[in-house]
Amino acid sequence: MTPQTLSPLLCTIPLLPLAGAAINGFFGQRSSKKAVTAVALVFCGAAFGMALFVAANFSSVSAPYSYSLAHWLRSGSFSVDFDFYLDQLSLVMLLVVTGVGFLIHIYSVGYMWEDESFYRFMSYLNLFMFFMLTLVLAKNYLVMFIGWEGVGLASYLLIGFWFTKDAAASAGKKAFLVNRIGDFGFLIALFLMIQNFNSLDFTKVFAAVQTHSAETAGAGLLTAIGLLLMVGAAGKSAQIPLYVWLPDAMEGPTPVSALIHAATMVTAGVYMVARSHVIFERAPMALMVVAVIGTLTALFAATIGIAQTDIKKVLAYSTVSQLGYMFMACGVGAFSAGVFHLMTHAFFKGLLFLAAGSVIHGVGGEQDMRKMGGLRVYMPWTFLTMTIATFAIAGFPPLAGFFSKDEILWKAYSSPYGSWVYWLLGVTTAFITSFYMFRLWFLTFFGDYRGAPAAHDVTHGSAGAHAKQDKDDHEHGHGEPHESPWVMLGPLVILAILSFVGGWVGIGGRFEHFLAPVFQGGASAELAHEAAGETAGSGTETLLMLISVGAAILGLFLAWSLYFRRPQLPARIAASLGGLYQTVVHKYYVDEIYAALFVKPLIDGSTTILWHGVDQGVIDAAVNESAHAAREVSDSARHMQSGNLRSYAGWVAAGGAVVIAYMVWMGVR
Amino acid sequence: MIPLSYYLVLSGILFACGVLGFLIKRNIITIFMSIELMLNGVNLSFVAFAAHWHALSGQVFVFFVMVVAAAEATVGLAIIIAVYRTRETLNVDQVNLLKL
Repeated sequence: MTPQTLSPLLCTIPLLPLAGAAINGFFGQRSSKKAVTAVALVFCGAAFGMALFVAANFSSVSAPYSYSLAHWLRSGSFSVDFDFYLDQLSLVMLLVVTGVGFLIHIYSVGYMWEDESFYRFMSYLNLFMFFMLTLVLAKNYLVMFIGWEGVGLASYLLIGFWFTKDAAASAGKKAFLVNRIGDFGFLIALFLMIQNFNSLDFTKVFAAVQTHSAETAGAGLLTAIGLLLMVGAAGKSAQIPLYVWLPDAMEGPTPVSALIHAATMVTAGVYMVARSHVIFERAPMALMVVAVIGTLTALFAATIGIAQTDIKKVLAYSTVSQLGYMFMACGVGAFSAGVFHLMTHAFFKGLLFLAAGSVIHGVGGEQDMRKMGGLRVYMPWTFLTMTIATFAIAGFPPLAGFFSKDEILWKAYSSPYGSWVYWLLGVTTAFITSFYMFRLWFLTFFGDYRGAPAAHDVTHGSAGAHAKQDKDDHEHGHGEPHESPWVMLGPLVILAILSFVGGWVGIGGRFEHFLAPVFQGGASAELAHEAAGETAGSGTETLLMLISVGAAILGLFLAWSLYFRRPQLPARIAASLGGLYQTVVHKYYVDEIYAALFVKPLIDGSTTILWHGVDQGVIDAAVNESAHAAREVSDSARHMQSGNLRSYAGWVAAGGAVVIAYMVWMGVR
Repeated sequence: MIPLSYYLVLSGILFACGVLGFLIKRNIITIFMSIELMLNGVNLSFVAFAAHWHALSGQVFVFFVMVVAAAEATVGLAIIIAVYRTRETLNVDQVNLLKL
């Protein structure tokens, strides 16, 4: 297939889910749930099919493909068009987004079936797909920004999907506001590009950037752009210091957590940094900031994950931590390793969330792991898939997570931008990750069921067989935990297979070579280094690999001994740690610190200065006082018009006297 | 020959008397008469200037003023009669229905 015939297909990929969203949004309320399901799945599935078709006809020779849908902005020599772009990097993202997205659409049908706003949910999901695909397929930063903002909107709508619940509504707002901070940085980066390169088109910007030499000596324009882009990425991808919205975002329905807050949207920042690699490669300082933020976030979030008891919160902090890994990879110049981890993470973390959703569904809306336990008997399929995902994220070979995480750790050590510090922190994080994931696994699936044996619902016997939706906080008379319906288990199984084999594409650097045309240029030096290091460093690489696998096994062992062999021990350890434990449970009080540092001064300042001071004191007061003054003046003037004939005459006479006196006086002069 | 200023002073006095009477008196008839007094004060200054400048237009104006005053007197007296019939008083302070 020639590029000329393939390129026009690009614009149909985002537009298909948009059509689905529009149809369901406008007509969904009056349609049956079956029709809504059909529309949502057909349009999303068509996008996936189209992506597969494009992938099948993709040839590295004629890549990158691009297609201009329409003109947008024309201002002098500056122009922005609705351009779509496909290269190896977008292709990977495209397949991940449409593939995982489609599976989660299917899962959502089962999970959300009983919700009265089912049509709204499916419409939002399709809308999200549209924006995410726009983001991924954009050819310039502004179209990317549309997608960027759009996924933020979809995220807001879906976090606050159960908007009658106060926590969900405020979590949506929090996500939106924190993302605004990041978007602000992103926007300023775009302004800098317009000012200096007179374009936002990827190819033009990168061509202009390539004429710059690397800013090794000091910080310059490229460093500024890189840092600002990183601010945007930190907001969207929940990195320090803007990660606080992601754990709260777990108030949304679980499929949303899986799709948006694990597999796709939060990785947009990684994609954006990888896409802008030309800029970052010429700004070593920005690159270092990316690596440091990534590493610190990975470690920091992982430690919080240890003490969480809410199954989704553990996964949320795990997501933040894994995103940190991806930024660490990008920060050491190993963009392909970051994208590789992005892909495998989409598989296993999507799976973890969906399996957690299945667990929550099975135990009747309970999210507290302390009230689960022993579920492997009740939910064998969920247990099996969750096991694969847990081993994958912990980094056990030969599962997907092992390959990508090991690649990142090796690059963090060996890359010219890397250092053993990154590697050490990365391995520590890997150990902690393994520990908290197995903690979750043991707490949920082993031991005895600790949930309240509620009065057995007689009508419930058949409920397990068909799709039985429940809100996360909604208790319906559950007797025993039950396995989820197949419409939910199907996606779990497929994702489990992907989590198992997904990493094999990276064996022998095949994934990296596939992406190499994208990351050529600055990365060519790195590839040469790689070729040299292949022989010299293979011994070291094996050693480091063994250490990271050892860390994972150690985590498993520790979790096993604490939560399986001696389940009463963790409470005693927690008690003996006292203050430290409390600090971790309260997430290092970061939310409280932010509240004290930013939110409270803002609210107080708004209340006293802006509301009481400026709004009531100046603006309202000006209007009220002028009205009051007008009334005062009118009130005194009113007495002139007494209705008394002689007083009028008196005024006339007085006026006449004044006029005469004036004229006489003027005459005298 | 009587100087012009004498006429003017007399005219001013007549006008001032009219104004004062208009302001002070409460009886409508008296007020009406005060108005006539003011008109005639003005008339006097008209004819005085006309004689002084040997210009007839001032005297012509006086005839106009008289005609208008006569017309005004008829309308005004008719109103006064109507007021007296309805209100049974000629005191202007008690004819204040339109007052706030």
